[in-house]
Amino acid sequence: MHIDRSEIEETGEYDLEGLFIRLGYAIDSIGAKRVALDTIENLFAGLNNTAVLRAEIRRLFQFLKSKGVTAVITGERGGNGLTRQGLEEYVSDCVILLDHRIINQISTGRLRVVKYRGSVHGTNEYPFLIDDEGISVLPVTSLQLNHEVSSKNLSSGIPALDKMLGNSGFFKGSSILVSGTAGTGKTSIAATFANTACLRGEKCLFFAFEESPKQIIRNMRSIGIDLQKHLKEGALEFYASRPTLYGLEMHLVAIHKAIKKSRPSVVILDPITNLITIGSVSDVKTMLVRLIDFLQAEQITVMFTALTLNNIVNEQTDEGVSSLVDAWLLIRDIESNGERNRGLYIMKSRGMKHSNQIREFVITDKGLDLVDVYLTEDGVLTGSAREARMLMEQTGEIIHAQAVSRKDRELERRRKILESKIESLRSEYESAEEELNKVYVEEALKKTDHGRNDKQNCRSAQGRLWWRRKKCKQKK
Amino acid sequence: MGKAYELRLYVAGKTNKSVVALENLKKFCEEHLKGKYSIEVIDLLEKPQLAEGDQIFAIPTLVKKVPEPVRKIIGDLSNEEKVLVGLDIRTKINN
Repeated sequence: MHIDRSEIEETGEYDLEGLFIRLGYAIDSIGAKRVALDTIENLFAGLNNTAVLRAEIRRLFQFLKSKGVTAVITGERGGNGLTRQGLEEYVSDCVILLDHRIINQISTGRLRVVKYRGSVHGTNEYPFLIDDEGISVLPVTSLQLNHEVSSKNLSSGIPALDKMLGNSGFFKGSSILVSGTAGTGKTSIAATFANTACLRGEKCLFFAFEESPKQIIRNMRSIGIDLQKHLKEGALEFYASRPTLYGLEMHLVAIHKAIKKSRPSVVILDPITNLITIGSVSDVKTMLVRLIDFLQAEQITVMFTALTLNNIVNEQTDEGVSSLVDAWLLIRDIESNGERNRGLYIMKSRGMKHSNQIREFVITDKGLDLVDVYLTEDGVLTGSAREARMLMEQTGEIIHAQAVSRKDRELERRRKILESKIESLRSEYESAEEELNKVYVEEALKKTDHGRNDKQNCRSAQGRLWWRRKKCKQKK
Repeated sequence: MGKAYELRLYVAGKTNKSVVALENLKKFCEEHLKGKYSIEVIDLLEKPQLAEGDQIFAIPTLVKKVPEPVRKIIGDLSNEEKVLVGLDIRTKINN
């Protein structure tokens, strides 16, 4: 239909019966059930008589209804109201408002159901995406929190971490946040988790917002993870895009679409922090709430990584998602002795007995591992300080053992000395005894001689006494 | 003034406006174009398929097919000035 203003003169009274006749004829001739009028302004733009116009628009809606067709009518937005004439939205049964907004140089199409008679409709504004597969509108946040939960466990790919998580790993369908400062190995943890899922034969979708897939594959090879193999087998899929490519909500729509398409059981978002650049913290939070809702309803396990900045003291930030997620791993630099080491904490893990200890997180070329930190009176020891301490303790043990054996030998020696002393004393005693015996024997022998010489002895004794007395007298 | 006028008046049934429009048209034609015009009245209720050809949406509509350019006048033709200008008659009378 074509109406050219220049060809038309208005004179006197008229109505738009002709339009209705044409519409009716067109509908009847093909037995149409649906009618699209694009746009309503086009039909009425050529007319000046607003009184007639308004009356006829009203009549048009009634006419379409009486025809029993479902009509989709597009209309331009008016200056103040939703429509040019300000009455279209009142006469129609359902009004959908489309809007286009540019925030931070990123434009996003938004859609809002203004009214829909006879239904309980979502009143919020939702972004929509038009691409080569048509229009997709972001599904509404699940209004009730009643999705199914699973108590099945998924290994994180790091045995020591699984042990910390109640010996079993993460719950299936849970959401896990891995946060840490730059270079703490967040992506490595995520890649390990992905790798393990792929090895189990599950499908994994990796959303990379920072590195390209090839970069990730190359980097993960250095810690002994071969993602290329999974990629080739189709177990792993990458979805890489710059956050600034679309608005935040568009990303959500895109993520939804990608997930719906490849139906993974594990999803990784690395990192969510980059989304901040295109939206405020609260925007990112609402987006992630919706994403987590969706993923949990689909029983998909999701791992987010988030960069925390050193200057953020408050650990509860992290895009505010820390309260939403089921498990939260925090990797922190522990700086001491002129080196930085990584310490891994489990901040929370809902529904399981998890360790509250710090573990030192080490990245080797064979993968990731957790080492018990050394707790000493000086505090927590990590890295080379830990190794030095271990070495020291080992050498200490040797020294101690040596000391013990030296003491033993000393004791032995002393015992020997004493024993020899005892021996010599005994022999001394024996010789003394012998001497004594000799005396006794001699004595006995003398006694027998004595009986015979008794008289003689007596006499001589008297004689000696007499001689002594005489000598005394002489001196006087 | 050699050319003849071919006029079509689209109506939908015998409504008040249609009748007024036809009466007005006949009156103007008799006054200004005597003997050089032909009027064709099309009732869209009977032949709805004809509405498409002339892009009719309002009723009543007067379409001037010949002479060129094609002009459309909607309404009951109660304003004589506008009708005459619309039919390119007015300027000729002035000459």
